[in-house]
Amino acid sequence: MTEYNFAYLDEPTKKMIRRAILKGLAVPGYQVPFASREMPMPYGWGTGGVQVTAACLVPEDRLKVIDQGADDTTNAVSIRAFFARVAGVATTTRTREATLIQTRHRIPETPLSPDQILVYQVPIPEPLRFLEPRETETRRMHALEEYGLMHVKLYEDIARHGAIATSYAYPALVNGRHVLDPSPIPRFDNPKLESPAIQLFGAGREQRIYAIPPFTRVVSLDFEDHPFEASKAEGACALCGATTSYLDEIVADDAGTRRFQCSDTDYCAERRA
Amino acid sequence: MQPAFADPPADAARAFRAVMEAMARPGTLRSVASPAPEGLSPAAAAVLLVLADQTTPVWTRAGRDWLIFHTGAPIAATRAEATFAVGRWDDLAPLTDWDAGTPDYPDRSATLIVEVPALDGPGHRLTGPGIETEASLPLPDPQALAANAARYPLGVDLILTCGERLAALPRSTRIDLETL
Repeated sequence: MTEYNFAYLDEPTKKMIRRAILKGLAVPGYQVPFASREMPMPYGWGTGGVQVTAACLVPEDRLKVIDQGADDTTNAVSIRAFFARVAGVATTTRTREATLIQTRHRIPETPLSPDQILVYQVPIPEPLRFLEPRETETRRMHALEEYGLMHVKLYEDIARHGAIATSYAYPALVNGRHVLDPSPIPRFDNPKLESPAIQLFGAGREQRIYAIPPFTRVVSLDFEDHPFEASKAEGACALCGATTSYLDEIVADDAGTRRFQCSDTDYCAERRA
Repeated sequence: MQPAFADPPADAARAFRAVMEAMARPGTLRSVASPAPEGLSPAAAAVLLVLADQTTPVWTRAGRDWLIFHTGAPIAATRAEATFAVGRWDDLAPLTDWDAGTPDYPDRSATLIVEVPALDGPGHRLTGPGIETEASLPLPDPQALAANAARYPLGVDLILTCGERLAALPRSTRIDLETL
Protein backbone atom coordinates (compact mmCIF):
# COMPACT_ATOMS: atom_id res chain seq x y z
CA MET A 1 0.00 0.00 0.00
CA THR A 2 3.01 2.30 0.27
CA GLU A 3 2.74 3.26 -3.40
CA TYR A 4 -0.61 5.00 -2.77
CA ASN A 5 -1.57 7.95 -0.60
CA PHE A 6 -3.86 6.73 2.21
CA ALA A 7 -7.23 5.80 0.67
CA TYR A 8 -6.06 6.53 -2.90
CA LEU A 9 -7.20 10.15 -3.27
CA ASP A 10 -4.75 13.04 -2.91
CA GLU A 11 -5.18 15.25 0.15
CA PRO A 12 -6.52 18.37 -1.68
CA THR A 13 -9.25 16.22 -3.26
CA LYS A 14 -10.18 14.78 0.12
CA LYS A 15 -10.43 18.31 1.55
CA MET A 16 -12.86 19.30 -1.21
CA ILE A 17 -15.00 16.19 -0.65
CA ARG A 18 -14.91 16.65 3.12
CA ARG A 19 -16.17 20.22 2.82
CA ALA A 20 -19.04 18.97 0.65
CA ILE A 21 -19.91 16.24 3.18
CA LEU A 22 -20.08 18.77 6.04
CA LYS A 23 -22.38 21.09 4.06
CA GLY A 24 -24.47 18.06 3.12
CA LEU A 25 -24.89 17.19 6.81
CA ALA A 26 -25.78 20.81 7.62
CA VAL A 27 -28.58 20.82 5.02
CA PRO A 28 -29.95 17.25 5.09
CA GLY A 29 -31.18 16.03 1.70
CA TYR A 30 -29.76 18.96 -0.27
CA GLN A 31 -27.44 17.85 -3.11
CA VAL A 32 -24.04 19.52 -2.76
CA PRO A 33 -22.08 19.81 -6.03
CA PHE A 34 -18.53 18.51 -5.83
CA ALA A 35 -15.63 18.14 -8.26
CA SER A 36 -15.89 14.40 -8.79
CA ARG A 37 -12.63 12.76 -9.86
CA GLU A 38 -11.83 10.07 -12.36
CA MET A 39 -11.53 6.85 -10.40
CA PRO A 40 -9.90 3.59 -11.48
CA MET A 41 -13.32 2.10 -12.26
CA PRO A 42 -16.07 3.09 -14.69
CA TYR A 43 -18.99 5.38 -13.85
CA GLY A 44 -21.86 3.24 -12.68
CA TRP A 45 -19.58 1.10 -10.56
CA GLY A 46 -19.79 3.30 -7.53
CA THR A 47 -17.28 6.09 -8.18
CA GLY A 48 -19.30 8.51 -6.05
CA GLY A 49 -19.55 6.12 -3.14
CA VAL A 50 -15.86 5.27 -3.44
CA GLN A 51 -14.86 8.93 -3.25
CA VAL A 52 -17.03 9.54 -0.20
CA THR A 53 -15.67 6.40 1.45
CA ALA A 54 -12.09 7.47 0.66
CA ALA A 55 -12.70 10.88 2.27
CA CYS A 56 -14.20 9.30 5.42
CA LEU A 57 -11.96 6.29 6.03
CA VAL A 58 -9.55 6.22 8.97
CA PRO A 59 -6.83 3.58 9.30
CA GLU A 60 -8.75 1.91 12.16
CA ASP A 61 -11.90 1.32 10.09
CA ARG A 62 -13.36 -2.06 9.24
CA LEU A 63 -15.01 -1.82 5.82
CA LYS A 64 -17.95 -3.76 4.44
CA VAL A 65 -19.16 -3.36 0.84
CA ILE A 66 -22.46 -4.70 -0.46
CA ASP A 67 -24.01 -4.78 -3.90
CA GLN A 68 -27.79 -5.34 -3.85
CA GLY A 69 -27.30 -6.76 -0.35
CA ALA A 70 -24.60 -9.25 -1.38
CA ASP A 71 -20.97 -9.22 -0.22
CA ASP A 72 -19.82 -11.63 -2.90
CA THR A 73 -20.68 -9.92 -6.19
CA THR A 74 -18.05 -8.42 -8.51
CA ASN A 75 -18.72 -4.80 -7.56
CA ALA A 76 -18.59 -5.47 -3.81
CA VAL A 77 -15.53 -7.70 -3.98
CA SER A 78 -13.65 -5.23 -6.19
CA ILE A 79 -14.30 -2.18 -4.02
CA ARG A 80 -13.47 -4.09 -0.84
CA ALA A 81 -10.19 -5.27 -2.36
CA PHE A 82 -9.49 -1.76 -3.64
CA PHE A 83 -9.62 -0.20 -0.17
CA ALA A 84 -7.80 -3.10 1.45
CA ARG A 85 -4.98 -2.30 -0.96
CA VAL A 86 -4.96 1.51 -1.09
CA ALA A 87 -5.95 2.24 2.51
CA GLY A 88 -4.75 -0.90 4.27
CA VAL A 89 -8.01 -1.07 6.21
CA ALA A 90 -9.51 -4.25 7.60
CA THR A 91 -12.55 -5.62 5.77
CA THR A 92 -15.48 -7.76 6.80
CA THR A 93 -18.71 -9.15 5.44
CA ARG A 94 -20.43 -9.01 8.83
CA THR A 95 -22.74 -6.02 9.20
CA ARG A 96 -22.30 -5.97 12.97
CA GLU A 97 -18.50 -5.80 12.76
CA ALA A 98 -18.26 -3.06 10.14
CA THR A 99 -17.56 0.57 11.05
CA LEU A 100 -18.15 1.85 7.52
CA ILE A 101 -20.43 0.17 5.00
CA GLN A 102 -20.51 1.15 1.35
CA THR A 103 -23.69 0.01 -0.33
CA ARG A 104 -25.16 -0.29 -3.76
CA HIS A 105 -28.95 -0.22 -3.58
CA ARG A 106 -29.71 -1.86 -0.21
CA ILE A 107 -29.75 -1.02 3.49
CA PRO A 108 -28.61 -4.03 5.58
CA GLU A 109 -31.33 -5.98 7.39
CA THR A 110 -29.34 -5.92 10.64
CA PRO A 111 -30.14 -2.60 12.39
CA LEU A 112 -27.25 -0.13 12.19
CA SER A 113 -25.62 1.35 15.28
CA PRO A 114 -24.53 4.94 16.03
CA ASP A 115 -20.91 3.84 15.51
CA GLN A 116 -21.50 3.01 11.85
CA ILE A 117 -21.47 5.05 8.65
CA LEU A 118 -23.46 4.00 5.60
CA VAL A 119 -22.21 5.27 2.21
CA TYR A 120 -24.57 4.91 -0.75
CA GLN A 121 -23.56 4.65 -4.40
CA VAL A 122 -25.97 6.87 -6.32
CA PRO A 123 -26.58 6.78 -10.09
CA ILE A 124 -29.08 9.69 -10.46
CA PRO A 125 -29.20 11.90 -7.36
CA GLU A 126 -31.96 14.23 -8.58
CA PRO A 127 -35.42 12.88 -7.67
CA LEU A 128 -37.03 15.33 -10.10
CA ARG A 129 -34.75 14.53 -13.04
CA PHE A 130 -37.15 12.28 -14.96
CA LEU A 131 -39.91 14.84 -14.48
CA GLU A 132 -37.80 17.89 -15.40
CA PRO A 133 -34.57 17.35 -17.35
CA ARG A 134 -33.12 20.85 -16.86
CA GLU A 135 -30.74 21.15 -13.90
CA THR A 136 -31.41 24.92 -13.69
CA GLU A 137 -35.10 24.18 -13.22
CA THR A 138 -34.80 21.34 -10.70
CA ARG A 139 -32.36 23.43 -8.65
CA ARG A 140 -34.92 26.25 -8.58
CA MET A 141 -37.70 23.78 -7.68
CA HIS A 142 -35.71 22.63 -4.63
CA ALA A 143 -35.03 26.25 -3.69
CA LEU A 144 -38.75 27.06 -3.83
CA GLU A 145 -39.76 23.77 -2.20
CA GLU A 146 -41.86 23.16 -5.32
CA TYR A 147 -42.54 19.43 -5.20
CA GLY A 148 -46.04 19.38 -6.70
CA LEU A 149 -44.76 17.60 -9.81
CA MET A 150 -43.56 14.68 -7.71
CA HIS A 151 -46.99 14.28 -6.15
CA VAL A 152 -48.56 14.40 -9.62
CA LYS A 153 -46.27 11.55 -10.65
CA LEU A 154 -47.30 9.45 -7.65
CA TYR A 155 -50.95 10.33 -8.31
CA GLU A 156 -50.64 9.17 -11.93
CA ASP A 157 -49.35 5.85 -10.57
CA ILE A 158 -52.54 5.52 -8.54
CA ALA A 159 -54.77 6.56 -11.45
CA ARG A 160 -53.13 4.01 -13.73
CA HIS A 161 -52.33 1.10 -11.40
CA GLY A 162 -54.59 1.65 -8.41
CA ALA A 163 -51.56 2.00 -6.14
CA ILE A 164 -48.23 3.83 -6.06
CA ALA A 165 -46.18 1.64 -8.40
CA THR A 166 -42.79 3.21 -7.66
CA SER A 167 -40.97 0.27 -6.09
CA TYR A 168 -37.41 1.58 -5.78
CA ALA A 169 -35.71 4.99 -5.54
CA TYR A 170 -38.88 6.02 -3.75
CA PRO A 171 -38.76 9.78 -3.02
CA ALA A 172 -38.68 10.94 0.58
CA LEU A 173 -38.93 14.30 2.34
CA VAL A 174 -35.97 14.94 4.64
CA ASN A 175 -36.15 17.21 7.69
CA GLY A 176 -39.45 18.55 6.35
CA ARG A 177 -37.69 20.51 3.62
CA HIS A 178 -35.79 18.68 0.83
CA VAL A 179 -37.07 15.79 -1.26
CA LEU A 180 -34.28 13.31 -1.98
CA ASP A 181 -33.75 10.22 -4.06
CA PRO A 182 -32.59 7.53 -1.62
CA SER A 183 -30.70 5.86 -4.53
CA PRO A 184 -32.38 2.80 -6.07
CA ILE A 185 -32.94 0.99 -2.77
CA PRO A 186 -36.22 -0.96 -2.73
CA ARG A 187 -38.98 1.00 -1.04
CA PHE A 188 -38.95 -1.81 1.53
CA ASP A 189 -35.81 -0.09 2.87
CA ASN A 190 -37.23 3.46 3.05
CA PRO A 191 -38.31 3.23 6.72
CA LYS A 192 -34.68 2.42 7.59
CA LEU A 193 -33.60 5.85 6.28
CA GLU A 194 -34.41 7.08 9.79
CA SER A 195 -31.32 5.62 11.39
CA PRO A 196 -28.91 6.10 14.30
CA ALA A 197 -26.05 5.88 11.75
CA ILE A 198 -24.70 8.67 9.54
CA GLN A 199 -25.85 8.18 5.94
CA LEU A 200 -23.84 9.70 3.10
CA PHE A 201 -24.72 9.60 -0.61
CA GLY A 202 -22.20 9.96 -3.42
CA ALA A 203 -22.99 10.32 -7.13
CA GLY A 204 -19.73 10.31 -9.12
CA ARG A 205 -20.86 10.92 -12.69
CA GLU A 206 -23.48 13.47 -11.56
CA GLN A 207 -21.03 15.11 -9.13
CA ARG A 208 -23.31 15.36 -6.12
CA ILE A 209 -22.98 14.50 -2.42
CA TYR A 210 -25.85 14.55 0.07
CA ALA A 211 -26.44 13.29 3.56
CA ILE A 212 -28.93 12.26 6.21
CA PRO A 213 -27.67 12.87 9.76
CA PRO A 214 -28.70 10.35 12.45
CA PHE A 215 -32.30 10.51 13.69
CA THR A 216 -33.32 12.93 10.95
CA ARG A 217 -36.99 12.77 10.08
CA VAL A 218 -37.43 11.09 6.69
CA VAL A 219 -40.96 10.76 5.33
CA SER A 220 -41.67 8.74 2.20
CA LEU A 221 -44.08 10.75 0.03
CA ASP A 222 -47.64 9.47 -0.07
CA PHE A 223 -51.30 10.46 0.17
CA GLU A 224 -53.70 10.25 3.12
CA ASP A 225 -55.86 7.72 1.29
CA HIS A 226 -52.87 5.88 -0.23
CA PRO A 227 -50.33 5.71 2.60
CA PHE A 228 -46.76 4.61 1.93
CA GLU A 229 -46.22 0.87 2.16
CA ALA A 230 -42.81 -0.81 2.53
CA SER A 231 -43.57 -3.72 0.26
CA LYS A 232 -41.64 -6.92 -0.49
CA ALA A 233 -42.28 -10.16 -2.33
CA GLU A 234 -44.68 -12.49 -0.55
CA GLY A 235 -42.78 -15.61 0.44
CA ALA A 236 -39.96 -16.97 2.53
CA CYS A 237 -36.23 -17.32 1.88
CA ALA A 238 -35.48 -20.76 0.44
CA LEU A 239 -32.20 -20.87 2.39
CA CYS A 240 -32.97 -19.48 5.86
CA GLY A 241 -36.76 -19.32 5.88
CA ALA A 242 -36.91 -15.62 6.70
CA THR A 243 -40.26 -14.01 5.94
CA THR A 244 -39.45 -10.47 7.04
CA SER A 245 -36.29 -9.78 5.02
CA TYR A 246 -36.18 -8.37 1.48
CA LEU A 247 -36.26 -11.23 -1.03
CA ASP A 248 -34.77 -11.67 -4.50
CA GLU A 249 -36.71 -13.83 -6.93
CA ILE A 250 -34.43 -16.32 -8.64
CA VAL A 251 -35.06 -18.64 -11.59
CA ALA A 252 -33.70 -21.94 -10.29
CA ASP A 253 -33.72 -24.26 -13.34
CA ASP A 254 -34.48 -24.53 -17.07
CA ALA A 255 -38.10 -25.35 -16.34
CA GLY A 256 -38.53 -21.83 -14.94
CA THR A 257 -38.96 -22.84 -11.33
CA ARG A 258 -38.77 -19.75 -9.17
CA ARG A 259 -37.69 -19.36 -5.62
CA PHE A 260 -36.98 -16.55 -3.21
CA GLN A 261 -33.76 -15.85 -1.39
CA CYS A 262 -32.62 -13.15 1.06
CA SER A 263 -31.01 -10.25 -0.79
CA ASP A 264 -28.84 -9.56 2.29
CA THR A 265 -26.31 -12.43 2.19
CA ASP A 266 -24.79 -11.68 5.60
CA TYR A 267 -28.20 -11.64 7.27
CA CYS A 268 -29.10 -14.94 5.61
CA ALA A 269 -25.77 -16.59 6.49
CA GLU A 270 -26.05 -15.44 10.10
CA ARG A 271 -29.52 -16.96 10.41
CA ARG A 272 -28.25 -20.28 9.04
CA ALA A 273 -25.08 -20.36 11.20
CA MET B 1 6.72 28.46 13.07
CA GLN B 2 4.58 25.70 14.54
CA PRO B 3 4.40 22.45 12.56
CA ALA B 4 1.17 20.88 11.26
CA PHE B 5 0.02 17.23 11.35
CA ALA B 6 2.92 14.80 11.74
CA ASP B 7 1.30 12.18 9.49
CA PRO B 8 -1.02 14.30 7.30
CA PRO B 9 -3.15 11.61 5.54
CA ALA B 10 -3.93 9.63 8.70
CA ASP B 11 -4.09 12.57 11.12
CA ALA B 12 -6.33 14.57 8.80
CA ALA B 13 -8.57 11.53 8.29
CA ARG B 14 -9.03 11.03 12.03
CA ALA B 15 -9.59 14.74 12.62
CA PHE B 16 -12.14 14.94 9.82
CA ARG B 17 -14.00 11.95 11.21
CA ALA B 18 -14.30 13.78 14.53
CA VAL B 19 -15.50 16.98 12.83
CA MET B 20 -17.99 15.01 10.74
CA GLU B 21 -19.35 13.19 13.80
CA ALA B 22 -19.71 16.56 15.53
CA MET B 23 -21.54 18.10 12.56
CA ALA B 24 -23.78 15.02 12.24
CA ARG B 25 -24.61 15.01 15.96
CA PRO B 26 -24.96 18.65 17.05
CA GLY B 27 -24.19 19.26 20.71
CA THR B 28 -21.86 16.27 21.16
CA LEU B 29 -18.21 16.88 22.03
CA ARG B 30 -15.20 15.46 20.16
CA SER B 31 -11.48 15.61 20.82
CA VAL B 32 -9.37 16.97 17.97
CA ALA B 33 -5.93 18.54 18.08
CA SER B 34 -2.99 19.58 15.96
CA PRO B 35 0.03 21.78 16.63
CA ALA B 36 -1.35 25.32 16.71
CA PRO B 37 0.09 28.80 16.20
CA GLU B 38 -0.27 31.42 18.92
CA GLY B 39 -3.85 32.63 19.16
CA LEU B 40 -5.52 29.47 17.82
CA SER B 41 -6.68 26.49 19.87
CA PRO B 42 -5.40 23.02 18.89
CA ALA B 43 -8.95 22.10 17.85
CA ALA B 44 -9.45 25.18 15.64
CA ALA B 45 -6.02 24.65 14.06
CA ALA B 46 -6.89 21.03 13.29
CA VAL B 47 -10.19 22.02 11.63
CA LEU B 48 -8.35 24.48 9.38
CA LEU B 49 -5.71 21.90 8.46
CA VAL B 50 -8.43 19.43 7.53
CA LEU B 51 -10.63 21.75 5.47
CA ALA B 52 -8.81 24.88 4.24
CA ASP B 53 -6.93 25.09 0.94
CA GLN B 54 -6.16 27.49 -1.94
CA THR B 55 -9.83 27.73 -2.87
CA THR B 56 -11.14 28.75 0.57
CA PRO B 57 -10.47 32.31 1.78
CA VAL B 58 -10.08 32.27 5.58
CA TRP B 59 -10.88 35.24 7.78
CA THR B 60 -8.60 35.23 10.83
CA ARG B 61 -6.59 37.55 13.03
CA ALA B 62 -4.35 34.84 14.47
CA GLY B 63 -1.94 32.41 12.87
CA ARG B 64 -1.98 33.89 9.36
CA ASP B 65 1.57 32.91 8.38
CA TRP B 66 1.05 29.41 9.78
CA LEU B 67 -2.20 29.00 7.87
CA ILE B 68 -0.77 30.22 4.56
CA PHE B 69 2.35 28.06 4.92
CA HIS B 70 0.54 24.84 5.78
CA THR B 71 -2.68 25.09 3.76
CA GLY B 72 -2.08 27.70 1.06
CA ALA B 73 -5.41 29.29 1.97
CA PRO B 74 -5.69 33.00 1.11
CA ILE B 75 -6.54 35.42 3.90
CA ALA B 76 -10.03 36.82 3.25
CA ALA B 77 -9.91 40.54 2.46
CA THR B 78 -13.56 41.02 3.44
CA ARG B 79 -15.90 39.12 5.73
CA ALA B 80 -18.36 38.50 2.90
CA GLU B 81 -15.85 36.54 0.79
CA ALA B 82 -14.70 34.19 3.57
CA THR B 83 -15.36 30.46 3.28
CA PHE B 84 -14.05 29.95 6.81
CA ALA B 85 -13.69 32.40 9.68
CA VAL B 86 -12.00 31.73 12.97
CA GLY B 87 -12.01 33.82 16.13
CA ARG B 88 -13.83 34.58 19.35
CA TRP B 89 -17.51 35.43 19.21
CA ASP B 90 -16.81 39.17 19.57
CA ASP B 91 -14.54 38.99 16.53
CA LEU B 92 -17.14 37.18 14.43
CA ALA B 93 -20.44 38.83 15.40
CA PRO B 94 -22.76 39.79 13.80
CA LEU B 95 -23.56 36.59 11.94
CA THR B 96 -25.20 38.50 9.10
CA ASP B 97 -21.72 39.65 7.94
CA TRP B 98 -20.98 36.20 6.56
CA ASP B 99 -22.08 34.47 3.39
CA ALA B 100 -25.26 32.49 4.12
CA GLY B 101 -25.45 30.85 0.69
CA THR B 102 -28.12 31.40 -1.97
CA PRO B 103 -31.52 29.74 -2.36
CA ASP B 104 -30.15 27.75 -5.33
CA TYR B 105 -26.85 26.93 -3.60
CA PRO B 106 -27.29 26.95 0.19
CA ASP B 107 -24.01 24.99 0.47
CA ARG B 108 -22.06 28.09 -0.61
CA SER B 109 -22.14 29.51 2.90
CA ALA B 110 -19.42 30.29 5.39
CA THR B 111 -18.37 27.97 8.19
CA LEU B 112 -17.43 29.80 11.38
CA ILE B 113 -14.93 28.32 13.82
CA VAL B 114 -15.78 30.00 17.12
CA GLU B 115 -13.29 29.84 19.98
CA VAL B 116 -15.48 29.61 23.07
CA PRO B 117 -14.46 29.69 26.77
CA ALA B 118 -16.32 26.45 27.59
CA LEU B 119 -18.23 23.63 25.95
CA ASP B 120 -19.54 22.13 29.19
CA GLY B 121 -22.19 23.56 31.43
CA PRO B 122 -25.79 24.64 31.08
CA GLY B 123 -27.03 25.45 27.61
CA HIS B 124 -30.16 25.91 25.59
CA ARG B 125 -32.17 22.92 24.46
CA LEU B 126 -31.27 21.86 20.92
CA THR B 127 -33.38 19.73 18.59
CA GLY B 128 -33.25 18.81 14.92
CA PRO B 129 -31.37 16.52 12.56
CA GLY B 130 -28.69 14.45 14.29
CA ILE B 131 -30.35 14.75 17.70
CA GLU B 132 -32.42 11.80 18.93
CA THR B 133 -34.39 13.60 21.63
CA GLU B 134 -32.56 16.73 22.70
CA ALA B 135 -29.05 18.08 23.25
CA SER B 136 -27.65 21.16 24.91
CA LEU B 137 -24.65 23.39 24.45
CA PRO B 138 -23.58 26.70 26.01
CA LEU B 139 -23.99 29.20 23.16
CA PRO B 140 -22.37 32.63 22.82
CA ASP B 141 -25.48 34.48 21.57
CA PRO B 142 -28.57 32.23 21.45
CA GLN B 143 -30.82 34.90 19.89
CA ALA B 144 -28.46 35.51 16.99
CA LEU B 145 -27.98 31.77 16.46
CA ALA B 146 -31.72 31.11 16.56
CA ALA B 147 -32.15 33.83 13.92
CA ASN B 148 -29.51 32.06 11.81
CA ALA B 149 -31.38 28.75 12.16
CA ALA B 150 -34.63 30.48 11.17
CA ARG B 151 -33.13 31.28 7.76
CA TYR B 152 -32.86 27.54 6.97
CA PRO B 153 -31.91 26.24 4.42
CA LEU B 154 -29.72 29.37 4.23
CA GLY B 155 -27.38 30.26 7.05
CA VAL B 156 -23.88 29.76 8.37
CA ASP B 157 -22.66 26.63 10.15
CA LEU B 158 -20.66 26.81 13.37
CA ILE B 159 -17.90 24.72 14.82
CA LEU B 160 -17.33 25.65 18.46
CA THR B 161 -13.79 25.00 19.66
CA CYS B 162 -12.27 25.03 23.14
CA GLY B 163 -8.75 23.75 23.72
CA GLU B 164 -8.58 20.27 22.22
CA ARG B 165 -12.32 19.78 21.99
CA LEU B 166 -15.06 20.87 19.62
CA ALA B 167 -18.78 20.68 18.98
CA ALA B 168 -20.81 21.77 15.98
CA LEU B 169 -23.96 23.78 15.48
CA PRO B 170 -25.19 23.47 11.89
CA ARG B 171 -27.94 25.80 10.67
CA SER B 172 -30.39 22.87 10.82
CA THR B 173 -30.30 22.79 14.64
CA ARG B 174 -33.27 24.46 16.31
CA ILE B 175 -32.53 26.42 19.48
CA ASP B 176 -35.19 26.62 22.18
CA LEU B 177 -34.76 30.11 23.65
CA GLU B 178 -37.21 29.41 26.48
CA THR B 179 -34.90 26.90 28.12
CA LEU B 180 -31.63 27.23 29.95
